[in-house]
Amino acid sequence: MYAFEFDRPATLDEAIALMSEEEAQALGGGQTLIPTLKQRLAAPARLVSLTAIPELAGVCVADDGALCVGATTTHAAIAQEAAAHYPALAALAGNIGDPAVRNRGTIGGSVANNDPSACYPAAVLASGATIKTANREIAADDFFEGMFATALEEGEIVTEIRFPVPEKAAYMKFEQPASRFALVGVFVAKFAGGVRVAVTGASEEGVFRWTEAEEALSANFSPDAISGLSLAADNMIGDLHGTPEYRAHLAKVMTGRAVAAAG
Amino acid sequence: MPKDHGIGASSKRREDVRFLTGRGRYTDDINLHGQAYAWFVRSPVAHGRLNKVETEAAAGMPGVLRVFTGADFEGVGGLPCGWQVTDRFGEVMQEPGHPVLAQGKVRHVGDPIAVVVAETEAQARDAAEAVVFDIEELEPVLDMKAALESAAPKVHDDLESNLCYDWGFVEENREAVNAAFDKAAHVTTLELVNQRLVPNAMEPRVAVGDYNTGTDDSTLYTTSQNPHVIRLLMGAFVLGIPEHKLRVVAPDVGGGFGSKIFHYAEEAFCTFAAKQLRRPVKWTCQRSESFITDAHGRDHVTKIELALDAEGHFQAIRTETYANMGAYLSTFAPSVPTWLHGTLMAGNYTTPLIYVNVKAVFTNTVPVDAYRGAGRPEATFQLERVIDKAAREMGIDPVEIRRKNFVTEFPYATPVAVEYDTGDYHATLDKLLEIADVAGFEARLAESKARGKLRGLGLNCYIEACGIAPSHLVGQLGARAGLYESATVRVNATGGLVVMTGSHSHGQGHETTFAQVVADMIGLDENMVEIVHGDTANTPMGMGTYGSRSLAVGGSAMVRATEKIIAKAKKIAAHLMEASPEDIELKDGAFTVAGTDKSVAWGDVTLAAYVPHNYPLEEIEPGLEETAFYDPNNFTFPAGAYACEVELDPDTGKVTILSFAAADDFGNIVNPMVVDGQVHGGLAQGIGQALLEGATYDEYGQLLSGSYMDYAMPRADDVPFYTVDHSCQTPCTHNPLGVKGCGEAGAIGSPPAVVNAVVDALQRAGHSDITHIDMPLTPSRVWAAMQG
Repeated sequence: MYAFEFDRPATLDEAIALMSEEEAQALGGGQTLIPTLKQRLAAPARLVSLTAIPELAGVCVADDGALCVGATTTHAAIAQEAAAHYPALAALAGNIGDPAVRNRGTIGGSVANNDPSACYPAAVLASGATIKTANREIAADDFFEGMFATALEEGEIVTEIRFPVPEKAAYMKFEQPASRFALVGVFVAKFAGGVRVAVTGASEEGVFRWTEAEEALSANFSPDAISGLSLAADNMIGDLHGTPEYRAHLAKVMTGRAVAAAG
Repeated sequence: MPKDHGIGASSKRREDVRFLTGRGRYTDDINLHGQAYAWFVRSPVAHGRLNKVETEAAAGMPGVLRVFTGADFEGVGGLPCGWQVTDRFGEVMQEPGHPVLAQGKVRHVGDPIAVVVAETEAQARDAAEAVVFDIEELEPVLDMKAALESAAPKVHDDLESNLCYDWGFVEENREAVNAAFDKAAHVTTLELVNQRLVPNAMEPRVAVGDYNTGTDDSTLYTTSQNPHVIRLLMGAFVLGIPEHKLRVVAPDVGGGFGSKIFHYAEEAFCTFAAKQLRRPVKWTCQRSESFITDAHGRDHVTKIELALDAEGHFQAIRTETYANMGAYLSTFAPSVPTWLHGTLMAGNYTTPLIYVNVKAVFTNTVPVDAYRGAGRPEATFQLERVIDKAAREMGIDPVEIRRKNFVTEFPYATPVAVEYDTGDYHATLDKLLEIADVAGFEARLAESKARGKLRGLGLNCYIEACGIAPSHLVGQLGARAGLYESATVRVNATGGLVVMTGSHSHGQGHETTFAQVVADMIGLDENMVEIVHGDTANTPMGMGTYGSRSLAVGGSAMVRATEKIIAKAKKIAAHLMEASPEDIELKDGAFTVAGTDKSVAWGDVTLAAYVPHNYPLEEIEPGLEETAFYDPNNFTFPAGAYACEVELDPDTGKVTILSFAAADDFGNIVNPMVVDGQVHGGLAQGIGQALLEGATYDEYGQLLSGSYMDYAMPRADDVPFYTVDHSCQTPCTHNPLGVKGCGEAGAIGSPPAVVNAVVDALQRAGHSDITHIDMPLTPSRVWAAMQG
């Protein structure tokens, strides 16, 4: 780790001010950033911890029924507090990493990082959630811009993720054997207006919507509906743990299983 | 009734109290006054000419004491290799130099280029980034077969080629083996890879060097399985320090699995730098650093052929193996693919003719050396896989083909130079079929099928040569060391015993099991016996712990020393009771005169030995301390049979192990619970190899699986609850305890069972074209195989 300044502001305004300084980096639960710093792969001049800002943490239900999750809410808290309103999201959160990761890691940190193998981006995109920052709202469809890339501006702080709650939903993760991140993870969400399917772990472009499956499932929400479909292996990730073809295949298998699990 | 103390009792591991409560004292817990810290600058490329190393900027950084480079080690010895293999043509192997710090070339990612020593570790690390080096990159040598082509770049410019040796065994049998293949009714051929593994002991390596300016003594604290061996290798071959001026301490060590046998550059560096700087120097390996510096394991590419007659009797075996040595010869590397591998190719079977060819190859990768099982897992895997394939090709039941070929008469001299002293392979196989409920498999298969899953059953036998090793034999085979063990038993005046053993315990539980043996021999409470190991200053010579040798060899030395103690104590007791020593009996810690009611307690005798007021001083010396060396006259041959049942998800290729059963014959057992634990650990490692683990290099020689994000270690939910049994016991015939060793069996015997089970599941599901899948059987690989 290189030396850096450390701040832990108690208000969002203070955090925004600190983030405007040279080479400032927001810190959520630190489950990605701290190991990166320890390996000296990043050298921010200033770390701004967001975890002392009370309004950024916690889960609540908005008047329109949407689930509002504060950016610094930990995976463990979401697993517990979202269980009644959005069980598929709670189950996803409860199966990230291990207990230590779940008790430190935050949804805002994960979404802002947009790791191509992270679980949350699939839920955010499939739910058609809205990412709120200090000064604007960004639709999930506009937020994820490829591996580790998002629509966030320099210094912009995620404050809340607002999830419309679907009628039915499920997330199916096929774990990479070593890291246990998603080798492929698929989140399926059925709304009155149609079905959304988001795939994480598979693509070189990061999380994406499988629109053919969405159309088929919107017409017939059953695993059979996608039996004739296939995903192209182009742009899929190929590495030690799976070829592009394998990932494309797994995305279909996991989609079917998510539909079955969602009932 | 199970025993509650002594030999045969499941005494709880006394050392676990300190390990489980965070009170172990590991090398990294040792901090000396005035200690400085070393940080290694390592090659980021696999192969290159090291043109220049600039250290001035780093030397001027805060806290830096000195920056060392290869130039500082000119005139200092290189890291030695402890085994010289002679090739098929009678020539000795090609043996390259192995400098402590790179000189002229870097040969693998992680090869040390420079070391910064500073007041703190952070300062050393900061300054290490300021060391500037100029490496002219060269084409890396990675593929073993390509490495042997004449146009291939050379890892070592001063060697003729990248071939370390081309070994034939038994070379005289070569033509007879070929002739047997020519007339065989059936030949089964299998090409396979026994993949490279990273050892991953829980405790990373650490070294602390210390130098006493007043006495000119050096001390090295290190994470080692054999401190005396390190003292000999480092003292005699690298730094030129005589053994009486060098102390090596290996305190609590958190796992080794072979990787802590070897003498590493960091040990020599810290000892050297401490003397140069007149300061203790400490190095603690980072986990990511351990991936590119700890000697790796396995990495064989093999073609095996099995010749059978029409009834399935094995006629001959022929193998060709390429064994990766990595960039340098690690301490015992040459012995692993040869004498620890070729000698096991007979397995449990009476195959009359065997020829093993091994080409050991230098590549621009981390050196490869012994890793739990060392050569024997490679032998067992290829043999038990090809037998399974042959059984399927010939339509013979896999159990029956093995039974047909079992060795049943002992001693049995194999055609590959070893003699099995005892065993009963039918008995362990019978026991396996019972504990694995093989008869109930069909019903379980139907149940899996109903859920849309494929189920498979795989089984295999194994044999290993352990209790390493008769010195006279290994000397003929190229070992540059003896492989005896020693023990000193010191009895105190008040009756307690301290046993100083050359065996090192780093997870095996010796502090408990060795105490059980000595306490049992005398008839004392185990708590009266303390086991001391791991420090050359307070233990006699020791060759260390590996090759499942501790109890068979180290324990035997301890028994011999204890016998001497008992013999002397009887003389003292005889004197005290005015009887003849021949009439003295020792039972439950008391000496009696046969046929009388005369008795003296153990403590009376030990007190007399140290307070010799009434003592036969004209016949025996005061005191009660004895040393014994034990050199075995044969290997031991643990053997057994393993079964694995898997379920396979046809949609994803994911393999789940539902059950694993192990029936082992370890001869006599000192502590059944500790044996269970050793088998469990070995099975987890073997299952890890079969399903999860694999070190993979890219085409540039970068280790892709260089962290736990990509190198999959087995976790609790990857392994089943095991069914283990060691009730089949044919005691070893040539050591005093009748023990064979149990530390490696699980890792040796389990990979073929897992792969046999997966192939069985696929075959039963109609994938008749799938006869083998290379390990690790990841979901991706299994799925790809199913796609044809």
